[in-house]
Amino acid sequence: MKPRQTNFWKVFSTPLVIALLSAAGLFSALLGDGIWDALSWVGLGVPAYLAIRGLLPRN
Amino acid sequence: MKSKTIRRWSFIHTWSSLICTVFLLLLALTGLPLIFHHEIEHLLGDAPQVREMPADTPRLNLAQLVEAAEKHRPGDVVQYFGFEDDEPNAVLTIMAKTAGTEPNSSHTFMLDARTGEALETPSANGGLMLFILRLHVDMFAGLPGKLLLAFMGLLFVVAIISGTVLYLPFMRRLQFGTVRQDKSSRLRWLDLHNLIGVVTLTWALVVGVTGVISACADLLIAAWRNDTLTAMVAPYRDAPPLTRLAPATRLLDIARDVAPEMNPDFIAFPGTRFSSEHHYAVFMKGGTHLTSHLLTPVLIDASTLQVTAVGERPWYMDAMGMSQPLHFGDYGGMPMKILWATLDVLTIIVLGSGVYLWVVRRRAAKPLPTEAAA
Repeated sequence: MKPRQTNFWKVFSTPLVIALLSAAGLFSALLGDGIWDALSWVGLGVPAYLAIRGLLPRN
Repeated sequence: MKSKTIRRWSFIHTWSSLICTVFLLLLALTGLPLIFHHEIEHLLGDAPQVREMPADTPRLNLAQLVEAAEKHRPGDVVQYFGFEDDEPNAVLTIMAKTAGTEPNSSHTFMLDARTGEALETPSANGGLMLFILRLHVDMFAGLPGKLLLAFMGLLFVVAIISGTVLYLPFMRRLQFGTVRQDKSSRLRWLDLHNLIGVVTLTWALVVGVTGVISACADLLIAAWRNDTLTAMVAPYRDAPPLTRLAPATRLLDIARDVAPEMNPDFIAFPGTRFSSEHHYAVFMKGGTHLTSHLLTPVLIDASTLQVTAVGERPWYMDAMGMSQPLHFGDYGGMPMKILWATLDVLTIIVLGSGVYLWVVRRRAAKPLPTEAAA
């Protein structure tokens, strides 16, 4: 099972970080305004940015 | 992962998403303008402008506002008064033929809290935005429509989970974010489907689950009426119907006395879905940012104005309260709305590319679902 496990983390480590970041973003703006809002923009901005970067044609 | 396991997950992913795709596309497309409904209503000139008056202009009391409302729509009764933080000089007013009239037959407008002048809110009673909202909420099919959409939302969640499981075999040999652009259109869209799907995962799950909860709101409210409300008003079970109501004048002060840390959100008049036949229900929201989405009803006897009970909030009503901001994306300013719209469009792309990949796969002679082995 060893090689499989390595595979798992290799594939899922980045998506997991993004998932946690989005979750923090979704939650933070519920807690307050100002800095909390800004945190949520970062948390939701990262997945939006990564997706759009993938869509743009590379040269 | 064994190829048999992959085939099973692939089957689940294909069919859960295919069944819900049409509905999800409808939801995502109608949801897009709804994110900006406030701004659109302003642009269309449908948002009432409360008149500029000196800041210390005294406000009418609630009984005077009820009177103003009844003068504005003779023959109707007030169902609800709503209070908004960003417009303290206006009271959202909902009236109908009877207190028990269902929401879609009610009439919504604003009352100037200082003059009692009625300001119409056309977008709350008809027009394009309400049409889009009804499409989004129940497709004009009432409770069955809502429940169908809730079921589609559940399928969407299944599609997201199975898609995440499949992400592993598909991406085993690829760096995160790889988009193969030069091989074939199918590979490019497969990579994009995987990339956009996995980065929008959390957002889509949260919006999906909170949408399902909101779609079940009618059932949750009915459950709340059945257990919590019925228990609170048990002593009134055999009381005769009220012939006249005590004036609403002091309702907010009475509610603030028993819930001093909270602020009023709305008042449900006797006989509506959020109150009993014998009570005014003042719904108080929490005083902090987080708890401002959680409502506590204060039931006030509509003939003696004594507080009958301060409601406890069952967990499902809290879930319903928290679902609203997390579904609407209206709690983090304009940048959040723009991100919400972006993620919504990205979800449309994931849905569309999913259908495209399925069509291309079907056209190919061999329908073996073992991409991963390639």
